[in-house]
Amino acid sequence: MSFLISCPNCGARSVYEFRFGGEIHDRPPVSASEDEWTQYLYARKNKSGPQEEWWYHRAGCRTWFKAVRETATNTVIETRWP
Amino acid sequence: MLQLFRIQRLWRTHALKDTYDVVIIGAGVHGLATAYYLAKHGITNVAVVDRWYVGSGASGRNTAIIRSNYRTPEGVAFYDESVKIYEHLGEELNYNLLFSQQGHMTLAHTDAAINGLRVRAENNVLLGVNSRVIWPDEIARLVPAMDMSANARYPILAALYHPPGGIIRHDAVVWGYAAAADRMGVHIHPLTEVQGIGRSNGQVISVKTTRGEIKTGAVVNATAGWCSTIAKMVGVDLPVVTHPLQALVTEPLKPFLDKVIVSATLHVYVSQTDRGELVIGEEINPYSSYSNRSTLPFLEHAAEHTLALFPCLKQVRVLRQWAGLCDMTPDYSPIMGEVEGVKGFILDVGWGTYGFKAGPISGKMIAELIVTGKTPDLIRPFRLSRFREDALVGEKAAAAVSH
Repeated sequence: MSFLISCPNCGARSVYEFRFGGEIHDRPPVSASEDEWTQYLYARKNKSGPQEEWWYHRAGCRTWFKAVRETATNTVIETRWP
Repeated sequence: MLQLFRIQRLWRTHALKDTYDVVIIGAGVHGLATAYYLAKHGITNVAVVDRWYVGSGASGRNTAIIRSNYRTPEGVAFYDESVKIYEHLGEELNYNLLFSQQGHMTLAHTDAAINGLRVRAENNVLLGVNSRVIWPDEIARLVPAMDMSANARYPILAALYHPPGGIIRHDAVVWGYAAAADRMGVHIHPLTEVQGIGRSNGQVISVKTTRGEIKTGAVVNATAGWCSTIAKMVGVDLPVVTHPLQALVTEPLKPFLDKVIVSATLHVYVSQTDRGELVIGEEINPYSSYSNRSTLPFLEHAAEHTLALFPCLKQVRVLRQWAGLCDMTPDYSPIMGEVEGVKGFILDVGWGTYGFKAGPISGKMIAELIVTGKTPDLIRPFRLSRFREDALVGEKAAAAVSH
């Protein structure tokens, strides 16, 4: 379903104005093992449910922000500055 | 005459037994093919469970294109085995699959795209796959309805022509495998959702479903869209992101197109079915989601891009559109094999936008893996540990959009 995202700067806009940046996950410390780096680089939670993710307002204010979206229904629950 | 309207059951319903040798999650072409080839090896105490009806996922939502003109040697060898099985599958299953090997054409609109097609053509020929680069005069002869004018926004400069490629009746493949597996004693359990997987000492011991618990030593994750959810039940995070992909079908037209046409630049692929309907697919939605809802922007883009190739379709109406879930991997290749550290948990996932065409060979290979306990050479390149080993099988050039 096509849906609207509320950019913290510009307000509600069509999802097609934005670039999806993927789910948010923490970068491991430099000393992390090869397995941890592999997990960070490739593995994803890929959750069906509320997911914290990055979005970029490509056709607007050109800034990155964070959103919480229900991935089963595409309902955007919350958007905020990082 | 009454016999004509007799209700024929292709597979039976069973009570859920408390023990199966193998439990396959996902009653699509991959899961059912695995069950069928297991039964051919003599392992018939097998359950295929699905949260919804048989063929309800990607197996019933794809655009039914079969081809083997991939880019990497690993990919070409693997998908070509699948095409070879498909060629005789109707006979083997005693079920009409309406396989039409009409030929598959990937268009190039830029010089860079021509180079990409040349790499694929050379790799294909080396591995014995019929595939070659053709130029506008031959393209125009094979597909007279296509706009070949040099002043188009994206003029067609060349194409990768793959004569053995084509389309098939995708639901029939699912039903054929289901009926054949059922005849050999496999239990097919629709409306049976998996809720958990039990382990003991690093070995799978049970599967908890909405209809009761099953004791088993081997579980195959043959799901699309839900493979991350199932893998999480044994504590594994997969390198998979689920994106919806949409497709549409038009009203039936007289036969005018007997090639599968793919354009990566225009993000569109078009084929005409035996009924005369045009099946048109696009690329995956630009955001991850588990929602199967259709969107208007897809319809607009697909129509615009199809009309760029076939201006003659301007007045044709769309009958319906739908979406399916694609489990995208970083290198556009699947993930197959047993998971290290979880004995008895076998993956057949990450099938992105290329899973349907690989169903038969995947089922055969996963069945062989279960029977012999060893990963067959053909699917070893697709192991989960390739991401740690930095041994990716990059198929993006041949698998993104160009189905």
